Amino acid sequence: MSESGSNEAYGLLAQFDTPAAVMVAAAKIREAGFRKWDVYTPFPVHGMDQAMGLKNSKVGWFCFFGGLLGYTTGMCMIYYMNGWDYRIEIGGKPLFSPFYAFPVSYELTILFGAFGSLIGMFSLNRLPRLHHPLLKNETFKQVTHDKFCIVIETSDPKYSENETRKLLKGSGSKHIELVEE
Amino acid sequence: MAESSGLDTALKVPQTPRELEREPLVSNGRSLAWISDKVSEIVEGKTPIWWWIATGISGSVASLTFFMLTYLVSTGVGVWGLNNPVAWGWAIVNFVFWIGIGHAGTLISAILFLLKQRWRTSINRAAEAMTIFAVICAGIFPAFHVGRIWFAWWLAPLPNANSIWPQFKSPLLWDVFAVSTYFTVSLLFWYTGLIPDLATLRDRATSKMRKFWYGLFSLGWTGSNRHWSNYEKAYLLLAGLSTPLVLSVHSIVSFDFAVSQVPGWHTTIFPPYFVAGAVFSGFGMVLTLLVPLRTVCKLEDIITKRHIELMCKVILGMGSIVGYAYGMEVFIAWYGGNPYERFAFINRASGPYWWAYWIMISCNVICPHLFWFRSIRRNMIAVFIISIFVNIGMWFERFVIVVISLHRDFLPSSWDYYSPTYVDILTFVGTFGLFLFLFLLFMRFLPMVAISEVKGVTPQADPHHPLGGAKKGGHH
Repeated sequence: MSESGSNEAYGLLAQFDTPAAVMVAAAKIREAGFRKWDVYTPFPVHGMDQAMGLKNSKVGWFCFFGGLLGYTTGMCMIYYMNGWDYRIEIGGKPLFSPFYAFPVSYELTILFGAFGSLIGMFSLNRLPRLHHPLLKNETFKQVTHDKFCIVIETSDPKYSENETRKLLKGSGSKHIELVEE
Repeated sequence: MAESSGLDTALKVPQTPRELEREPLVSNGRSLAWISDKVSEIVEGKTPIWWWIATGISGSVASLTFFMLTYLVSTGVGVWGLNNPVAWGWAIVNFVFWIGIGHAGTLISAILFLLKQRWRTSINRAAEAMTIFAVICAGIFPAFHVGRIWFAWWLAPLPNANSIWPQFKSPLLWDVFAVSTYFTVSLLFWYTGLIPDLATLRDRATSKMRKFWYGLFSLGWTGSNRHWSNYEKAYLLLAGLSTPLVLSVHSIVSFDFAVSQVPGWHTTIFPPYFVAGAVFSGFGMVLTLLVPLRTVCKLEDIITKRHIELMCKVILGMGSIVGYAYGMEVFIAWYGGNPYERFAFINRASGPYWWAYWIMISCNVICPHLFWFRSIRRNMIAVFIISIFVNIGMWFERFVIVVISLHRDFLPSSWDYYSPTYVDILTFVGTFGLFLFLFLLFMRFLPMVAISEVKGVTPQADPHHPLGGAKKGGHH
C-alpha cells in the first residue's frame, strides 16, 4: 500500500459530465506524471488513448499467433488423418494436397484467431474478476450510465490526498470522493 | 474547464447546408442516460402480456420440431418425402435457408463495422442474436439428415473404435467446419459486444438475482479506458476475422453443390451468388423482426426510419446482384452449349416445378425493386410485407436449386416427382417457433440494442462536438 497513509483507501475518484471535460482532465493527470490511474467511461471515447498516453494495444499479437496456430493445426491434422494414418484413395487423387486441406485450415485459422483475440483481451485486461473496489462505490455506478470518472489510485507514488484532490478539482471535476478498498 | 491542454482547439468547419445534413442516428436529441434507460427498460420492466402470449405460441410451435424429430429418429428417414433422385429434400433446403438468414447479422456486425457505417450500432445486437438462433435452427437439419444421428459425431475429427478418420476431400466435411466455426465465432463476437451492456444492467440492478447474474456475466467490467483500448482492438480483430468467415461460410455451403457434377449445381458463379443471396435473405429477416419490434418496444428513436431505409437499400442492392446471378446462370446455360445444363434451366422455368421458379423470380428479382421508391422504404407496413416476400423467395431459391436439379438426373428411368410429407413440413414450421422463442427470450433478458455502442455514435459522446462538452468547433 502507499506510504502516504490512508491504508483503507483505494483511490480518489473524480466525476465529470462530458467526454470533453474528462479528456482535458486526463491530459492534465498524464502531464502531472501519475502512473496508477485510469479513466472510466460508458463507451470508448475517441482520442482518449492519446490523451492518456496509452500505447497501441497488444491484442493483435494474440490474434496473429492464434491464427497461425489454427492454420498449422488444420494442415497437420489433415495430413496426419488422410495422408498418413488412414489413407483413402479417391479417383487417383493425391493422398494429401494443401488445396483440399485449405478450406478447413482457413476456418481453423479464423476460429483460433478469434479465441486468440479474446484470450489476449481478457488477459491484458486481467478479466474476468469477480470483485473490484470501484464496483462497490455508488458514484461509480454512474459510469456505465452517463458519467465519466478519473480514479487515481492511492498506491501511485505521486499520490497525496490533498495535492491530488486539488489537482482533480483544478481539472474541472465537481464531485470528488475517496473510494474505499 | 481548463484552457491549456490544446485539446479544445478543434478545427473550424463551415456549417453544413441544411439540405445536406443527415438525419441523426438517434432522433429527438436523446441523452446518453435516456439510451440506457430506454433499452434497459425492456429487460427491467414488468413482463408484458403480449410477451407471454408470443412466447407461449412460439414455444408450442417449436415443440413440433421436437416431436417430428423424435418420430423421425424412432421410425426412420422414410417418414420424410425423400425419394431416389431427390435424396436432398427439404432438410437441405431448410439448412441453406437458415444459414443464409444468419449472414445478415454478421454483415451488420462485422462488415459494416469495418466500413465505418455507424448506423449499424442500433441494429447489430438484435441482428447478431438472430444469426446465432438461425444457425441453431440450421444445424438441426444436416445433423438429422445424416440418417443415423447417433453417428453424427463421426463428422468430427475424433478417434473412434473403427480407427478411421473423416474424409477431408469432401466439401460436406468442409461445411461441418465452416458452420461450427461460424457459430462459435458469432457467439464470441456477440458476447464480447454484450459485456459492457451487461455491466450497465449490473449497475442498475435492484434485485439480488439480477445483481448476481448480470454481475457474473459482465466479468467485472468497469469501463476503464485501459480496458476499452484492448477491447476495441479485440472487437476490431473479431470484425476483421468475421468478415472473411461469413464470406467463406456460404461459399463453402455452395461448394456442397458446385463441386458435384449435377447440371444446375456445377457452376462457378455459386459462391458469390450464394453469399449475396444469404445477405439478401438475412436483411429480409432482420426487417421482419425489427419493424414490428421497434414499435412494440418503443425504440423508434434508436431504430429510426433512416435505419430501416438503409436496410431496404441493402436489400435492393443485394436483390439486384441475386437477379444478375439468375440471369447469368441462364445465359451460361445457353452460351456454354452443354445440352444437360440447358435442359436443367429450361426445366426450371417450364418443368413440373415451374411454379417454384416463378415464385422465386417474382419475390427475389421483381419485389425488391419496389425499394427504389422512398415512400415505400419509409412505409413500415410495406417494408414488413416486402421483407416477408424476400424470405419466401429465398426459401424457394434453395428449393429450386436442390429439388429441381435433382429430380431430373442423368438416368431418365429414375426421374421422379418429389413432395414433402407432413413430417417435413411440421419440422420446418417448428424451427420458426424455435427461432422466435429464442429471440423472445433474448429480448426479455438481454439488452436488445447495443447500449454503449449507440451512446458512442451520438454527438454527446464526441469530445470535439459542442454537445460533448467541446468549447469551440463543430462537426468534424
